[in-house]
Amino acid sequence: MRAVDSTNILESRRKARRLLNLWRFVWSSKTMLVGVCIVLFWVTVAICAPLLTRYTPTEQDWKSPNHGPTKEHILGTDELGRDIWTRLVYGARIILVYMPVGDQAIPGGTAIWSVFAALVLGCTLGLLGGYYGGWLDEIVMRLLDAMMSIPVLLLYLIIVAALGSSAVNVVLAIAIVGTPGIARLVRGLTLDIRTREYIWAAEVRADHPWEIMFLEILPNARGPIIVDAMLRVGQAVFAMGTLGFLGLGIPPPSPDWGSMIATGRQFILQGSPWAALWPSIAIASLVVGLNLIADGLREESTRYQ
Amino acid sequence: MNDLGKRSSGSVLEVQDLSIAYGTRFGEVGAVRSVSFSVRSGETFALVGESGCGKSTIAFGVVNFLGPNGLIKSGRILFQGQELIGRPYSQLRRLRGNRIAMVFQDPMQALNPCLRLGRQMAEALISHQGVAREEAWDRSAEMLGKVHIPDPIKVMKRYPHQISGGQQQRVVIAMAMLNNPALLIMDEPTTALDVTAQAAVLDLIGELKQEYETGILYITHDLGVVAGIADRMGVMYAGEIVEEGSVRDVFGRPCHPYTRGLMECVPRLGACKADSELHPIPGRVPRPSERPENACVFSPRCDFRLDICTERRPELRPLGRGGRVRCHRAEEFEAHERRISSKETRRTKKDEKQVPREVLLHVENLKTYYTLESESLVDSVRFRPAGFVKAVDDITLKVPQGSVFGLVGESGCGKTTLIKTVLGVEPATGGTVFFDGRDINRPLRKRDLEQIKNLQIVFQNPDATLNPSYCVGRQLRKPLERFNIVSRKDVRAKVEELLRAVRLPAAYYDRLPRQLSGGEKQRVGIARALATEPRMILCDEPVSALDVSVQAAVLKLLLEVQGLIDTTIIFISHDLSVVRYICDLIAVMYLGKIVEIGPADAVIRPPYHPYTAALLSAVPVPDPACGSSPVRLSGDVPSAVNPPGGCVFHTRCPWRQLAPGGGEICSQSLPQRREVGRGHFVMCHLDDALLAGLESRPVQEPAGVVDYEKKRVP
Repeated sequence: MRAVDSTNILESRRKARRLLNLWRFVWSSKTMLVGVCIVLFWVTVAICAPLLTRYTPTEQDWKSPNHGPTKEHILGTDELGRDIWTRLVYGARIILVYMPVGDQAIPGGTAIWSVFAALVLGCTLGLLGGYYGGWLDEIVMRLLDAMMSIPVLLLYLIIVAALGSSAVNVVLAIAIVGTPGIARLVRGLTLDIRTREYIWAAEVRADHPWEIMFLEILPNARGPIIVDAMLRVGQAVFAMGTLGFLGLGIPPPSPDWGSMIATGRQFILQGSPWAALWPSIAIASLVVGLNLIADGLREESTRYQ
Repeated sequence: MNDLGKRSSGSVLEVQDLSIAYGTRFGEVGAVRSVSFSVRSGETFALVGESGCGKSTIAFGVVNFLGPNGLIKSGRILFQGQELIGRPYSQLRRLRGNRIAMVFQDPMQALNPCLRLGRQMAEALISHQGVAREEAWDRSAEMLGKVHIPDPIKVMKRYPHQISGGQQQRVVIAMAMLNNPALLIMDEPTTALDVTAQAAVLDLIGELKQEYETGILYITHDLGVVAGIADRMGVMYAGEIVEEGSVRDVFGRPCHPYTRGLMECVPRLGACKADSELHPIPGRVPRPSERPENACVFSPRCDFRLDICTERRPELRPLGRGGRVRCHRAEEFEAHERRISSKETRRTKKDEKQVPREVLLHVENLKTYYTLESESLVDSVRFRPAGFVKAVDDITLKVPQGSVFGLVGESGCGKTTLIKTVLGVEPATGGTVFFDGRDINRPLRKRDLEQIKNLQIVFQNPDATLNPSYCVGRQLRKPLERFNIVSRKDVRAKVEELLRAVRLPAAYYDRLPRQLSGGEKQRVGIARALATEPRMILCDEPVSALDVSVQAAVLKLLLEVQGLIDTTIIFISHDLSVVRYICDLIAVMYLGKIVEIGPADAVIRPPYHPYTAALLSAVPVPDPACGSSPVRLSGDVPSAVNPPGGCVFHTRCPWRQLAPGGGEICSQSLPQRREVGRGHFVMCHLDDALLAGLESRPVQEPAGVVDYEKKRVP
């Protein structure tokens, strides 16, 4: 009994120390602290969306279109009289918290899913190319070159135009566009890690190559990959904004930030910039926050590699 | 005040009570604590210590290279009488490179790879002394000649990557000496070099000492180098100086337990495991955060500890024989000579007449060539390679079961390629490899599980030998689970048994590699190799990257492990004294060929191959009374792409003209393997009588065991 107690105490002390280290780490970099605050703000807002507003994103108020901030609508209304704050908050939900697939919704927003899919594809291709080398590496690299040679927007257009515009297809498009970058990064890291002696030890044990790639090499490459993934979430948010702006995003009346900017753009010169302004600030702040976190993570994650 | 002509005979550098700390996220961490020493003009002061003791910190502190989080907490640094701490950056800039020069460990990093060597050297003169460009070039070329760089004018026009490591370090030293500095700080300048290149650089430093009046602060961990080159020395441990004095005094009568322990750990050339034991220092170096405030920092590991040692920190006290020691019992040590009793030579079991056992590994005419891509279009179209790197060229050897087989050679000689081929990681181009009577000349993945299990490897670099992402226990489980050594529920018990076998506490199961020291990581590497109870363990320079005291412990462990499971060990190293200590048979490799092979005590005595003679004389001996040997190799190791024709060693052989025909035969035909003793083969054209007469350093006879009783100075 006593042995178990002391191990429990050791465990909890260890956990407490780890939390303390985490806190110290976050606090030590002021830029990262700002980034964490911004992203936490948006994530909290997205999760608690129904509690923060009494409107729904599609509720229209014909009497007050394009109004500025008032007491009832804190950020104003768009051209159909919908509350902008509500639409921002529910738009954040789609990006960050849950993604509509068909009639249901799965947890994790579109930005998260697209980066996750890009990670899976990119890591696999990069590991294969980097570990095996030779002709497999050449094939993988040329495939990635082909993917990168098509301009990003054109690729989006092709995919969405072919498959139709829905959340899933947007995720697919962003994932395909993001794969080459991650693959090249992972390939470079693999080429370096492959020369280390613990990989040689795994080979001497005749471990299966997939085991070596995913269990020995990949965990040691996680530092730069995490940093890159953070940046890509920001890029995905931006990409969704672009797609929405071009009319290729999630179909209306979904509160997509990009399409909000697209429709609100016409009214700027008429004296009601609010419908375009607030979503722009939202996208910018979220992307900046994610980039700040990525900067802060960069140093810490490569410390022990 | 400090013009070039004046050279005071007083102290060039005086460090008084210096304490340096680093600011980290967890607060301040003390690195160096109240260190005092002085370097006089024309004298070489060696600062000796193991990794983490703070010697580089002191060097950086002198020139204020500490980095943004390094703080000098207290003390003074006086350079030619003037305080350096607190000087503004512009004044320090005028001193560095001019009056104070620094030579670092890795010459490749000290030289700018984008600039030609001449330009880099002339820069030192132009920026500090305002010399015209022409004159600066001339003086640089002259300096290169002084450091024995052949053809200096051509070398000035080359880039750093076009010359070898030994030459690069000499260029760096030349650059440092150009401005005739008053103080030269050298931070382990020869650690990254091969043994023969190291010997040449040390000779050079000795010559420069004669010619210039520079005071040298030499930082190293190698006691042999200190004995050869320094006038006075200071021994550092955990950030403090524990002993200081002239080299003769300290080596002749070390008065601090740590210094004594260090000298016990170094195997002397000539000592073998049968008649002497290495005495590693128990315990490990405390982390900077664990160093005690009010106790002797060495006391946890000291055999002569008294109560007072854990209560009060000893002062650095002057001794009668000269020098100073930081120990409460220093006077007792001083009063007694190191007792050497040849009668009490401890004989271990290995001294019994070795019963010849059957051959476990038989390599016959093995060749491993790497192809080089051709640069000409014609050859690429025809798929013809430009040439081959003959990494392993026709090697034959037989390793008997249960022995320790040593493979000696410098970097690039092919030893790593040889074991990669035996393991199956590299494909062999020709020849056969028989393991336990069966042909295993196949890629690793095509071999039987039994064969894979029986051939394991211990790596050189302890930092890269373990996967940083997983805890130690999980990494030791992998071979057990992979080869089904024990059932699933017994795995944890077996892992703990392995940890105990390598003298690590079972609690290390959950530790991550970054929480372990270098020696501990290497022990886990040995445990991992041990897990499958292999018939043969290949050790690729397992102790080269470790500190001296840790080396001794790991060597002892390897011998124990060998006795435990009766395995055969192939031990690769470039350090002949370690190889002599631990090995029964030795093979010497040069450029892919084995030039000499035989029993250990036969190989290190004449008759031997000229290359072996040169290697033996290049080993720095930790005994200042021993003069240095005159055998030196000229030039550098030729590239393996274009090995010299005939005998591969003929371009550097100092005795070439003694061969029949005045050396002609050496460049034309490959010498045959000749037996010069029982089981002792040499590949050379010189006849036996000549080989027997080759001069080298006389091998020290084993001095017997130095016996200490614990807790009481004898």
